[in-house]
Amino acid sequence: MAKTIVQEFTKGLWQELPPFRLVLGLCPVLGVTTTMENGLGMGIATTFVLFGSNLLVSLLKNIIPQKVRIACFIIIIASFVTIVELLMQAYAYPLYLKLGVFIPLIVVNCIVLGRAEAFAYKNGLSHSMADGLGIGIGFTLSLGALGAVREILGAGSVTVWGDMSYNMASAFPSFQPFSFMVQAPGAFICLGLMLCLINVIGD
Amino acid sequence: MGYFELIIACIFVNNILLAQFLGNCPFMGTSKKMETAVGMAMAVIFVLVLAGTITWVIYTFILVKFGLIYLRTIAFIVVIASLVQFVEMFLKKSIPALYAGLGIFLPLITTNCAVMGVCVLNIDKEFTFMQSLTASFFYAVGFGLALILFAGIRERTLLARVPKPLQDTSIALITAGMISLAFFAFQGMV
Repeated sequence: MAKTIVQEFTKGLWQELPPFRLVLGLCPVLGVTTTMENGLGMGIATTFVLFGSNLLVSLLKNIIPQKVRIACFIIIIASFVTIVELLMQAYAYPLYLKLGVFIPLIVVNCIVLGRAEAFAYKNGLSHSMADGLGIGIGFTLSLGALGAVREILGAGSVTVWGDMSYNMASAFPSFQPFSFMVQAPGAFICLGLMLCLINVIGD
Repeated sequence: MGYFELIIACIFVNNILLAQFLGNCPFMGTSKKMETAVGMAMAVIFVLVLAGTITWVIYTFILVKFGLIYLRTIAFIVVIASLVQFVEMFLKKSIPALYAGLGIFLPLITTNCAVMGVCVLNIDKEFTFMQSLTASFFYAVGFGLALILFAGIRERTLLARVPKPLQDTSIALITAGMISLAFFAFQGMV
């Protein structure tokens, strides 16, 4: 268990990359990745909650009694989710409307509770912060990648930032977007194929 | 919207698992065997009906009345977590047979986003009490239907020869995509 802080941070980016290596927290992964922007927004919101809850759980780990720890974790996580909800309503209202029900549902994201229970409750402050940040960034990148693939295939173009966008038609003039990809079934199939790809690279 | 349309919408058109992507962790986790899938489906129906109605009452008569809407997330998760605990203790004491059947699935329901999701959706769609009750029950039925269908197929894929990188979760997700595609045909019915 004698890992350095850097190792705790980087393991979230590949070794334990959610949601591919740890198959947890699938609902937002499938639900919000219709565009890259939505995926990244959701990822950042989750990272904030993950970082905050890991920090607080690791600070309070000597005070929280063993028997009611899950309830305490949930209250801590729910408080951070409420902060995110209020912040997004104030500063990113269009994104808040697009992500809709999935923002309050960060509370029940298994990754957040899983890290609190499996990591932050047993480890020191700096390691827990590194772990939360690493897993969160890994999650954000995964969501962004899945969103980008679905947006390119489903809508034919991907919005990178603001007005900057990449259009498939410029590279492949005969490309026809298949809207199947941005709808419900495409999410499952796309995630399944990406999981397969990660398995191939991992081996 | 009439009740009949609401029921069809909840079970098929807006199926909680395949069209709204809520509750996918237990969907992947408990569908390897038919037995566990049935147990999970029953537990979800039981808890979701209780949670859906109780959170509606709390939201309407406490949070709205005292201007505490921003506490919705915290209030709902606390209600759901304590409800699950309470149901567990109640069943253990009074209906041991049912408790043994639902067993380990009850505590898992706290972190099932289908439960929390339906509670939030009931509020977002501004349902009345009866509509929330109906929606909660039939969303849960839709969850059970999709889960049991999926478990049936997944038991068979265990016997099939799947390429190594696609094994387990990967092929399960693609199978789920196919079922989702089938449910997609219900789109536009209501």
